[in-house]
Amino acid sequence: MLGNTERPGGERGARAADPDLVRVLDDEGRAMRKPVLPIERRLALYEAMVRSRRLDERLERVQRQGRIGFHIGSQGEEAAVLGVAEALAPEDWIAPCYREVAALLHRGFPLEAHLDNVFGNADDPNVGRQMPVHFASRAHRCLSVSAPIGTQLPHAVGLAYAMKLRGEHAAVAAFFGDGATSSQGFHDAMTFAGVMKVGVAFFCRNNGWAISLPAHEQCAARALADKAVGYGIPAVRCDGNDLLAVFEVASRALDTARRGGGPTFVELLTYRAGPHSTSDDPTRYRDPDEVSRWAARDPITRLRKHLEREDAWDIDREAALLARVDAELKEAIARAEKKPRPSVASLFDDVYAEPTEALLAQKREALALDEGGEG
Amino acid sequence: MSELTMVEALRSGMREAMHADASVVLLGEDVGRVGGVFRVSDGLRDEFGPARVIDTPLSEGGIVGTAIGMAMHGLRPIAEIQFADFIYPAFDQLVNEAAKIRYRSGGQFSVPLVVRAPYGGGIKGGHYHSQSPEAYFTHTAGLKVVCPSNPRDAKGLLRAAIDDPDPVIFFEPKRIYRAVRDEVPDEIRVPLGKAEIVREGADVTLIAYGAMLYEALAAAEEVAREGIEVELVDLRTLIPLDLETLEASVNKTGRFVVVHEAPLTSGFGAEIVSRLTERCFYALEAPPIRVTGFDTPFPYTLEDVYLPLARRIAPALRKAMED
Ligand SMILES: Cc1ncc(C[n+]2csc(CCOP(=O)(O)OP(=O)(O)O)c2C)c(N)n1
Ligand SMILES: [Mg+2]
Repeated sequence: MLGNTERPGGERGARAADPDLVRVLDDEGRAMRKPVLPIERRLALYEAMVRSRRLDERLERVQRQGRIGFHIGSQGEEAAVLGVAEALAPEDWIAPCYREVAALLHRGFPLEAHLDNVFGNADDPNVGRQMPVHFASRAHRCLSVSAPIGTQLPHAVGLAYAMKLRGEHAAVAAFFGDGATSSQGFHDAMTFAGVMKVGVAFFCRNNGWAISLPAHEQCAARALADKAVGYGIPAVRCDGNDLLAVFEVASRALDTARRGGGPTFVELLTYRAGPHSTSDDPTRYRDPDEVSRWAARDPITRLRKHLEREDAWDIDREAALLARVDAELKEAIARAEKKPRPSVASLFDDVYAEPTEALLAQKREALALDEGGEG
Repeated sequence: MSELTMVEALRSGMREAMHADASVVLLGEDVGRVGGVFRVSDGLRDEFGPARVIDTPLSEGGIVGTAIGMAMHGLRPIAEIQFADFIYPAFDQLVNEAAKIRYRSGGQFSVPLVVRAPYGGGIKGGHYHSQSPEAYFTHTAGLKVVCPSNPRDAKGLLRAAIDDPDPVIFFEPKRIYRAVRDEVPDEIRVPLGKAEIVREGADVTLIAYGAMLYEALAAAEEVAREGIEVELVDLRTLIPLDLETLEASVNKTGRFVVVHEAPLTSGFGAEIVSRLTERCFYALEAPPIRVTGFDTPFPYTLEDVYLPLARRIAPALRKAMED
């Protein structure tokens, strides 16, 4: 059985069989009931999940080769991210953590723009100011990733309140991890969302770990979903490695939010299959058995088995997909890598709408030094 | 005595303190199982157990607030903030609580707390793994602020900070965590509030701290080839500030330049410049100069442009000599 008999984060058997956990696919990819998501969309989402995985794997290699400074991926959490992304309406907003770039790409954010950010080059929408994988796109209704944990959550609440006041009927999907549920931002957001009854769906990717801290040491509650009770917010627990379940649960939460029914807390039980980031070495703190147990529940494998059962997928299609994705990624990375870095002048833009006199003086100083060619 | 990096020296300081005094505890995110994301506390959990080396939930306010409670009742907590950039959720606890508890209780309570935080740029960390927030804390009465530049001082100052009866914020220049090795004695103490003259010179005083000390040194050596003799002072402690050493040097040279990574406006350099201008006004032969980070958030790609590296310090030294 999947995560319903085991607590993620390594502590086995701590939780009794969990009848509340929403699932559609069993571990072998058998549909336990008729999925809501049509088969064409299941296929499209499978491809998106594979593309996300291959991108992470490739960028980790690129980082090891020293071509980028850092990478943070979402291996093992593709269903949690893309199941929600598929449930979003175009008017809905995303308040992201840092593992949801696949959701943004799913909305049509160009891969090229993402890679421009990863390389911090002159075309990066963030002008090379943020670390890799710290994306933002107003055009795609996605807020700007902030490294400080949990800070986006009250923003999601305020944004939803603004939509309410402006008469817009859309939802905000807020993403965060298990660790973030200990942050002040989480507490503030849940408190305010409950009282203000705003249209936020809180998607907690409980991937078992916050860097080296297992989820059961993050919070003594039986389940993170239990926290929602205290804020007066309804909660759902969902198998986060089951794309079809995530889609259904997210659809309901987002729909409630859009219809003015207020917030929902969704705990997506999943697993961080990779390191926290390229700066991390999880072999120092994780039991390899735990990693392999979760590998057996990999969301991509599970969906592939399901599609094979439905006669919608086979080895040939798999090979063609991998070839196509790999060629696309390889070419896109090479292109982003060749672009120049942002100009020295750009360092001083966007501090304010209009630069102060002091800032302009500093800009002149930096430009003079740059032209002097001393660096 | 052994040859240590700053990471090893800090670890050795914590280990000695924990052996000497059972009330010393360490708490923070990832400090136990992995020994901190920079491995400063590597091995300490195995040595002292999880009750004294505590992996905490993800809340800096929780870490510091809990540490304050511990400190008020006989423990000597060392709280690690994973990156100084993440210290702000604990700002309230530091500024309104730790800093004021002795004063507001008429001395009934004290908070012997050390908050360690890796700080500063140069590791491609972007906005949130590069900041130098020291000035926010130097502005708060009741807090001491320390910033070592080498392994020996790091250990000696850390031991002094742990011994200190008041809250100390201990900023560790992560850029040089492993860049330099030093002979580091056992049981060393470096007193808080004492600057060090790193290089003597008669022409201009250069004041720096943390990782920028090495940039300052490189600039001093560069202008030495042109005949400018720089006296380089390593501040080591910002609060208390060793004005005596600074004043003596500036009275001798008549010129001074201050370097820090933090932005210019309201940075600690402003405090140094005003203090020294007040005290050495008639000895000054040129206006003081600050070489600092710019008044922008800390960037990712252009961090080499942002930082006050030697290539920006050397021209400032020449300019100080012009007048
Ligand atoms: C306020 C703050 N403190 C510490 C950190 C360092 N940090 C980055 S990610 C992380 C763990 C986050 O865990 P979780 O919320 O479970 O998200 P996950 O990475 O597992 O997706 C920590 C401690 C941070 N970014 N922000
Ligand atoms: Mg997590």
